[in-house]
Amino acid sequence: MTVETIQEFEPNIIGFLCNWCSYAGADLAGTSRMQYPPNVKIIRVMCSGRINPMFVVNALQQGADGVLIGGCHPGDCHYQHGNYFTRRRITILKNLLEFLGIEPERVRMTWVSAAEGRKFAEVVEEITEDIRKIGPMKQIRRVNEW
Amino acid sequence: MNIGVYVCECGINIAATVDVGKVVEEAKSLPNVVISRLNKYTCSDPGQESIKKDIIDFNLDRVVVASCSPRMHESTFRSVVEETGVNPYCFEMVNIREHVSWVHSNKEKATLKAIDLVAGAVARAAFLEPLERKEVDVIPKTLVVGGGIAGIQSALEIANNGFQVYLVESSPSLGGRMAQLDKTFPTLDCSACILTPKMVDVARHPKIELLTYSEVEEVGGYIGNFNVKVKKKPRYVDIEKCVGCGLCAEACRLKGKVLNEFDENLSKRSAIYVPFPQAVPLKYTIDPERCNMLKFGKCGSELLCVAACERDAIDFNQEEEIIELDVGTIVVATGFDSFDPSTEKKYGYGESPNVITGMEFERIANAAGPTEGHLEINGKEPKKIVFIQCVGSRDKDGNEYCSRVCCMYTAKQAHMVRDKIPDSEIFVYYTDIRAFGKGFEEFYNRVQNENVIYLRRELNDFIQIVHNGSAVMVKAEGHPDIAADLVVLATGLVPRADSKDFAKTLNISQSADGFFLEAHPKLRPLDTFTDGIFIAGCCQSPKDIPDAVAQASGAAVKATIPLAQGKVVIEAISAVINEDLCSGCRICEKLCAFSALEFDSENKIMKVNDVVCKGCGSCAAACPTGAISMNHFSNKQVIAQIGGILEKRRSLIV
Repeated sequence: MTVETIQEFEPNIIGFLCNWCSYAGADLAGTSRMQYPPNVKIIRVMCSGRINPMFVVNALQQGADGVLIGGCHPGDCHYQHGNYFTRRRITILKNLLEFLGIEPERVRMTWVSAAEGRKFAEVVEEITEDIRKIGPMKQIRRVNEW
Repeated sequence: MNIGVYVCECGINIAATVDVGKVVEEAKSLPNVVISRLNKYTCSDPGQESIKKDIIDFNLDRVVVASCSPRMHESTFRSVVEETGVNPYCFEMVNIREHVSWVHSNKEKATLKAIDLVAGAVARAAFLEPLERKEVDVIPKTLVVGGGIAGIQSALEIANNGFQVYLVESSPSLGGRMAQLDKTFPTLDCSACILTPKMVDVARHPKIELLTYSEVEEVGGYIGNFNVKVKKKPRYVDIEKCVGCGLCAEACRLKGKVLNEFDENLSKRSAIYVPFPQAVPLKYTIDPERCNMLKFGKCGSELLCVAACERDAIDFNQEEEIIELDVGTIVVATGFDSFDPSTEKKYGYGESPNVITGMEFERIANAAGPTEGHLEINGKEPKKIVFIQCVGSRDKDGNEYCSRVCCMYTAKQAHMVRDKIPDSEIFVYYTDIRAFGKGFEEFYNRVQNENVIYLRRELNDFIQIVHNGSAVMVKAEGHPDIAADLVVLATGLVPRADSKDFAKTLNISQSADGFFLEAHPKLRPLDTFTDGIFIAGCCQSPKDIPDAVAQASGAAVKATIPLAQGKVVIEAISAVINEDLCSGCRICEKLCAFSALEFDSENKIMKVNDVVCKGCGSCAAACPTGAISMNHFSNKQVIAQIGGILEKRRSLIV
């Protein structure tokens, strides 16, 4: 590996995935040995509906360059409609981020089913490249006390 | 707080792409970590023992294992820590196999990712809280959905184990697809002869309540306590009075005018009908789509069926009924649909009566079928017959999977043609013969020796069936054209058209091919991701009768386990309300899909029913005062995990 590539900006992305669809989709990508960039670090939640927009902001504050949110496809939510709430919440949040001067593209919501290992790998590739272009997150920063 | 970290090599599965030693070393410097170890296989006995020993030696109160997916082994390790006195919810798992070693090839970067994920888990572990799981009673009854061979088998097994079964079938009779088959491969048993006694057993069984012509509309509740709404469609015949004599069908004004779906529309029946003579229950049903009385409110000058029925069983005033059933577990055995070859023009299906599907062949060959078992097309016995394999299967642009039964049913049908028309010429266009089951290869060899000509073609090679007067021309790349009297398409198996809707009703998943998804492809093939719901037969994937029966017996065992135990443990992941913070705004109430939140009008706060709460967290994310927290997924736990993951990398950013 050349010195140049080591110094290249490596986006640090937090991925919130729901237990039933997206996390299972990411597992399927694994069992199918699909290769994708190592930039997204996954946090499992039971439902994408659990993802408080505050978690997303907090991740950006704590130094994440981007946040990926994965839920079940519309209509497929294990808890019936948690993903619809998330879709609305994240849409509003992205408007707010833009207002604050933070690129809304840093946050991406996607639907990945338990059968879509390939799609998960593609989404990770896309968000990694998108964030690489936007560059490191510098606007807000906070250190937690706990 | 004493945290133990266990990093797994998983043989070379993880160790080949992650520097596990480095992950172990890095973990040692994390806050609260008192011991960090490497295991060859953490899930093995020595791995589990090392955790147990450390819990005692180092007085661990939190355990973190970095290995495979928690969907694989979380329950294993939870039991390990629980056995040694640590609350199972004080265990945290890091997925460095499915999410790291198997998907990244750059060892340096994969190792860094694994280190970050472990740091996140350790940070989260510090905030984990012991939780108590609730035990609830199990209703000792099972619902079996689908009355084909898989459903029949499951229902009988469960009932024979002494538990009450409700068997729901959407059509008027038990039997499913197997009832339509003439013979079964490779033994050439008569399908009905081996199936119908089982159908009768179901009907007679004191522990089975049979609900035919009924559909599952709604499923609520959870393992041990499902509440199911079943729609009983009106038969317009009182089944208590009907004795199945058939005088009504004889009298029906539309006799011989209504397409008979049981015969794949190759014969005609009356508007009042039983699907086939051995139907169980042998009770007549009026087809609401065709009956004049039901469609137009009158039928000629008098109701011939009513006049014919000596027992006064016909009742045009019957209405749809909704029945509520409470059951502990559910077995889904809803079967399959046949691939519709008219969607692929090249097969010429639908344009010529000389091109039929495998299922149509079964009906034509059957002694009770439209031609009483005489192989004939338009009254003429075919002399040159061509079978085409893999129709609607193994298609990279369509159904990519192999339907598993077509190779063998084609061999069986070729044998039947040879049997019925000894001087016929029989050709089979195939790509690969998949004769994988017991006695299959032997049967295939036998059929080849019966002067059945197998012609190989590539799947993507050109094939076209051209209508040509009273015959058809089969044009296949690399082979001379064959002027055939009959072409039988070995149509594959596809998920039922209503699979998507039904998966939603049950809250279970589908795999990419549309069949219902099992919880684990190898080790939990009968479970779904919804506890207490099991799958059997072709609704899970195409399979032959012995496989469907074996799976059905397995699903029956799975479904009786909670019933026999009498109690199930409910996940402790539920919402909790901080009564001091709750303002009683009731925003959460409307978000809950399970009505688990109730307003306490006296104290003006919300209350959670933690047995009903499924722990999704939609309410917690919406609570404006932060009064709702989720057990095991609290704000503190999630934020600590975010911080842990980002901690090491943060210093790299300038």
